[in-house]
Formats: sequence, C-alpha cells, structure tokens
Amino acid sequence: MLFVVKMAEAQQAIDFRSVSFRLPNGKTLLHALDLQVSAGETLVLLGRSGCGKTTTLKLINRLLDPTGGEVVVEGRRTTDWDPIRLRRRIGYVIQEIGLFPHFTVEDNVGVVPRLEGWEGERVRTRARELLEMVGLDPERFAARYPRELSGGQRQRVGVARALAADPPILLLDEPFGALDPITRREIQAEFRSLQKRLGKTMVFVTHDVGEAFLLASRIALLKDGKVVLLGKPGDFLASREPEVQAFVACLENPNPSAGAA
Amino acid sequence: MNLWEFLLHNRAEVSTLTLEHLFLVGISTGIAILIGVPLGILLTRWPSASKPILGFANIMQTVPSLALFGFLIPLNIYLFQIRLVGGIGARTAVVALVLYALLPIVRNTFTGISGVDPAIREAGKGMGMTGRQLLFQVEIPLALGVIIAGVRVATVISVGTATIAAAIDAGGLGRYIFRGLRMNDNTLILAGAVPAAVMALAADFLLGWVERVFGRGVGGWLRSWRTWITLGAIVAALAVWLALAISPAKTGERIAVGSKDFTEQIILGEIVAQAIESKTGLEVQRRFDLGGSLAHEALLAGEIDLYVEYTGTALTAILKLPPLSDPKEVYRRVKDEYAARFGLEWTEPVGFNNTFAILVRGDDARRLKLKTVTDAARYAPKWRAGFGQDFMSRPDGYEGFARAYGLKFAELREMDLSLTYRALVDKQVDLIAGNSTDGLIARHDLFQLEDDRRYFPPYDAVPVVRQEALKRRPEIRAALKALGGLISVEEMRQLNFEVDGGRRAAKDVVEEFLQNKGFDLGSAQGVKGGM
Repeated sequence: MLFVVKMAEAQQAIDFRSVSFRLPNGKTLLHALDLQVSAGETLVLLGRSGCGKTTTLKLINRLLDPTGGEVVVEGRRTTDWDPIRLRRRIGYVIQEIGLFPHFTVEDNVGVVPRLEGWEGERVRTRARELLEMVGLDPERFAARYPRELSGGQRQRVGVARALAADPPILLLDEPFGALDPITRREIQAEFRSLQKRLGKTMVFVTHDVGEAFLLASRIALLKDGKVVLLGKPGDFLASREPEVQAFVACLENPNPSAGAA
Repeated sequence: MNLWEFLLHNRAEVSTLTLEHLFLVGISTGIAILIGVPLGILLTRWPSASKPILGFANIMQTVPSLALFGFLIPLNIYLFQIRLVGGIGARTAVVALVLYALLPIVRNTFTGISGVDPAIREAGKGMGMTGRQLLFQVEIPLALGVIIAGVRVATVISVGTATIAAAIDAGGLGRYIFRGLRMNDNTLILAGAVPAAVMALAADFLLGWVERVFGRGVGGWLRSWRTWITLGAIVAALAVWLALAISPAKTGERIAVGSKDFTEQIILGEIVAQAIESKTGLEVQRRFDLGGSLAHEALLAGEIDLYVEYTGTALTAILKLPPLSDPKEVYRRVKDEYAARFGLEWTEPVGFNNTFAILVRGDDARRLKLKTVTDAARYAPKWRAGFGQDFMSRPDGYEGFARAYGLKFAELREMDLSLTYRALVDKQVDLIAGNSTDGLIARHDLFQLEDDRRYFPPYDAVPVVRQEALKRRPEIRAALKALGGLISVEEMRQLNFEVDGGRRAAKDVVEEFLQNKGFDLGSAQGVKGGM
C-alpha cells in the first residue's frame, strides 16, 4: 500500500502540499495551496495580477521558501534540496529583461552549462544548437548583445538559455508578456511545437487565457492565493465559477472593447 | 624665464617630481580601490552599516590635509615589521590620500551594485548561481561602469591633493608650488600647477574612456572570479612592493636633518647638513619643507634627528609659555624645558635673531615719514593688514601685537605667509608681518618698522637635536658647535636673497657660504641625501 503511494508520488514532478506563503508584513499571498504537476505535463497558472502565480513559481525553484506546508520537487522537499543544485535542474524563463545585458547571446545561453563546469567548446556547441532550435541563426546572433535584439528575439534567447543544461523541469513566468500580439502568436506556436518535441515538465504563468488554452495540459486558475479551478481546458469551459467565466469571456471575445456581441 | 623655458631647462627635476606625483596618486588610488571596492560590496550585503561607514568616509574628506598629517605623523602602526602608518614622507602622504580617495570609491561601489536591476539578479539566482558567481559574473561587471566612475573621481581628487604631500617631505609637484609661493615666483608655481592639471585631465580622460568601455559590458575573461582575484592580487603585490620601497631601512649611521617650509629654514637645514657631512663624514638625510609644526612633530617621533628652531617660537608656540624679552633668559628657559619634557637638546645659537618684521611699502614709509610701529599706528584705521595663519594664531602674534600698540585696522586679511609679500607689493594690503631676515624685503623695496615697544620676543635660531642622536653620534655636537655664532642677520638676509631673489639652489649658496667661512667641504661632495 505504502509502496503504491510512493509510486504515485514519484509520478508527480512537483507537489504542493497545503502550501502557504506569507510576507514578513503579515500579508498572505498563498492559502493552503494543493497542486500536483505530473512529469511531462504543462500546467498553466492563470490569474489576474497579484493572485499569487509568480509566488507559486518561485516556491518551486526555492527563490522563496513556504511559510506553511511543503513543496516537493522530484520526490524531495525543496527545503531539503541544495538550492543551487535544485535551480540548475530547473530551467527558468522570465520576461526579456532577465537576460544578462553584459553577456553576448551565446554567453547568455551558455550560462548554466558554464556554471555546471562544461568545457568551453561543448558550451559553445550546445549554445549554437539551442539557438538553432529556437529559430535564431547562430552565425548572425551568437555574438550580439541583448540590446541589439528585438523583443521576440530576446525571448527566444531566454527560452534557449533555460533549456541549455537540459533540465527536466521548466518554469516560465509570463515569458511572452511584453511582446506585441503578432510576434506573440508566432512565438507561442513555435513554443508549442518545441514543447511537444521536448516533453519537459513545465509550469507556465500567464494572464493571457488564449495562451493558457494553447499551451496547457491543465490550467490552474488562481484568485487571491487560492485555486479556483484546476482542470483541463475542457473543464474550464464547462465551469460556472464567476472568475472562470470572466476569463472565458476574454477567450470568446478577443477584443472586448469592440462592444458586446 | 617663462614656464616653457623653465620646464625644458629643469626637465630632469620636473620628470622626477612628476613621477613622484604619479607614484603617490597611483599607489594611494590602488590601495583605496583594494579597500574601497570590497568595503562597498560588503555594505550592499549589510546595508545597516552603510550609513555610519559612508558617514565616516564623508567626514574624512572634510578634514584639512595639514590637520590630518599632524594626526598621522605620531602614529606607529606596524604589520610584520613594516610601518603602515605614521612618520613623515611618502607613507603618511599615501595614508592621507587613501583616506581622501575612499569615499567616492566606496560610495560608487555601493551605489553601482545596489543599482543592478533586481530582475537580472533574480534571473542569475534562478539560473542557480551561487552568491559568489552572482557577484563576480553579474553584479560587479554590471556595476563596473559606476565603480570606475568613482575611481575616476578619486584619482582626479588625488592628483590635486597630492600637491600637499610636499608639506611632509613626500615630494611631488607640490614642491614647485610651495617653493614658488615661498619665493613669490609665478613661473615656479605654474611649473607645479600646470603639470598637475595636465595629469588630472589626462587621468580624467583615460578613466573616462575606460568607464565608457566597461560601462557597456565586459568580455568573457573578466567574468571569472579568478580574474578579479588575480587583478586584486596584482594590485596588492604592487602596493606591498611600493610600501616596502618607501619605508627606508633604519640605519644607525644615518642622520636626518629636517627643516620647516620656508626658504631660510631650507638654507639653515642645508647649512647644518653640510656642516655635519664635512665635520663627521656621516651620511645626512635631508627631510626639508615640513609644513606647519610638522618639523617639531617629526623630531618628537624620531623621524628626524634635528632641525633649526627659533627660541621665541619654541617658548610661546610649542611650550605655550608667556613671551619674555631677554634673549638669554628665553634661551635658558627653552633649553631646560626641552631637555626635561622632550629629551631634546638646544645647542649653540647660530648667531642671528629672526624676529617678526612689520613691513610697509618703501614709498609709504618715505611719504608718511614712518620709522616705528607707533608712527604707523595712527594710519592703521585706514589700512588693510595681511598676516600669515601662523602670525594670526600664535600667542606672540597678532592679538598681543595689536594690543601692545593699540592697533585697529580697516580690514584684516589672513593668508599664507608667502602670499602676504605679494599682496603688499600689489597694494592689496598696506602692512604685513614678515621675517626680519627675509630676502624679499630688499628686493621689493619694503620698509621694516621698528618694534619700538619691544613686543616681540627674541627669535634666535638654534639647532635642536634629539639627545639620543647625540649619544649615538657624539661627533655631531662638535659639528654644531662650529656653527655657533656663525651667521649674522645681514648674512642670513643675503643668503635668503640669493635663493629667493637670485633664484639659486640652496645647496650651492650654502656651499659657497661655508667655504668662505673656512669649512672643508671636499669630503661632502657626492653625498647628497634623498629627498
């Protein structure tokens, strides 16, 4: 019996067990959150600004420690992990500002392999391979600095950087949030095919419900630090929960300001 | 002689002084970087300490350099036999310059690192960088432009401040500036000031360029912490090597002669030095040009073995005793007190009394028929007077003088002693207090008013020697005895004029003088002590 439970747990790449997070000033950002992410699936954390999505994400790679409950990553509590080792097993993509401005594109992509002590030529080969994979020609882009790239190009570099050391888990914090709508659609589509090819466990934070539907295996809708709904995109459409319906409304009418149907 | 001719003519000395200057600035900025950058980084990790530490650095910047020197000279801080702080010379100058350079470096490091975008720092952390990797690969490289801007400010400040190092025998371009002020010689002042300004501009330009280059981001090799540690180690090794170079090995064979920072003192220092060299064959180290009361401090600290002091000055300014008018009585008092309090011995007076000379322009004296200070007192309410800082503050100076003659001037201006002559000649002031032996008196047609109420105590020039040095080298006593009564007021004035007015080197003037007095200087040739 116990053995079976262990097996079930092992299936969960990430497991939130009644996790709370409270700021030192007493404000509670997460209330007893329970959430499982299976290996290979993409869980999208959806919600308005300030609902606790990013906090949830940072609890996974231990940029934050829970104030209550525990977060288990690959069968071990995050507080038992050496934070450095944990973070190197987890790719992390944030908005374009997260690239190191003083590193070239190639060096940005090679950060984690270099931290892991790979030798120079191997880092270089890997960086170029990844640039290719995210659709950037290494010959043209490897030696550039982030400031010499467009927003979309920077975001591709961000994804390549997170994948460099081939981590089993990928965290993405509104990675495409700052892009214009057209570039955004393109990059989302590319990301979707990449996702299928790689089969990584992903936690993806967004407030864009269209993006959530496109990329999610399952969606967790957060409101005020609680999960309002957790399910497949289909469950989402069927829900009568007002917060869910508010988001679904955005999906059905991509341009709400144009007036009611 | 115009500036260009002067620089060409003295290019060897100019380049020596420039190198000394560069050395002072380079080593002090280097040490300030070694201390300031890690300190600034530490403050970002421990922000509650940033206020007091930045406040301290702020205060250090406001302490006047002469006051700082006075505080540093008596200190004795050693690390493994190497004296780190204290004494006169380059070491103390470097310590003072480091203290001045710290603020901009610490502050900019702190600001630069605190200013790194939190998102970038978090990205680095999220990538799995350790604290050290984050610091050396992200924070320092991104803050580098700001840090270098701080180094740039510190360097430019140091180039300016290092001119004051000449006041404690640390050399540099300040020597020309001080000498020029003393001799009322614009060319000489510019010969110090112009190269210093050029150096400041060059440093500013160069570091500005470095700042722009590094502000944009740094190449791969600069991202490794090993590079930074190596760079730090190189700077540290250089600093240690230079520190060893500037802390001269103490040899018992060497006698150090000091002097204050005006022409007569340098001539007297040279006379004493050459006399000792010729009579004893000892090697003499010349540590001239010590500003303020630093000569006395240096003597107490054992940095020099003797210098020539004036009885009245010692009585009132150093011993803080009330003025006396009998020369013999004054000499006896200071001799007894110095022996009892400081372990210092007053030897034979050299012969002249360098009292304060109350001076007016020659044409004023003739026009108004002035002979004495009392004669001048009735014009005082219409006159502006200019006095040196020393005269204004000493107990036998302005206050008692004004009381003794009932003087009240229309305006009182306090300035550097050497500037008062210039101000008098240029009619910026109408009366000054100079020195009776001053060569400039005759040169500028100035008239010395008689001290008819005998206010000023006698100022007989006498070598003051550390008793310990006399015990170590008893032959010094004989050499100094030979100087007893040797120089009259007229002779001293002439010597001063040769140097100030005739623009001759003190060394040559003294050689000539001593030879005329029957000294055999043959053995002294070639033994020219360090700066």
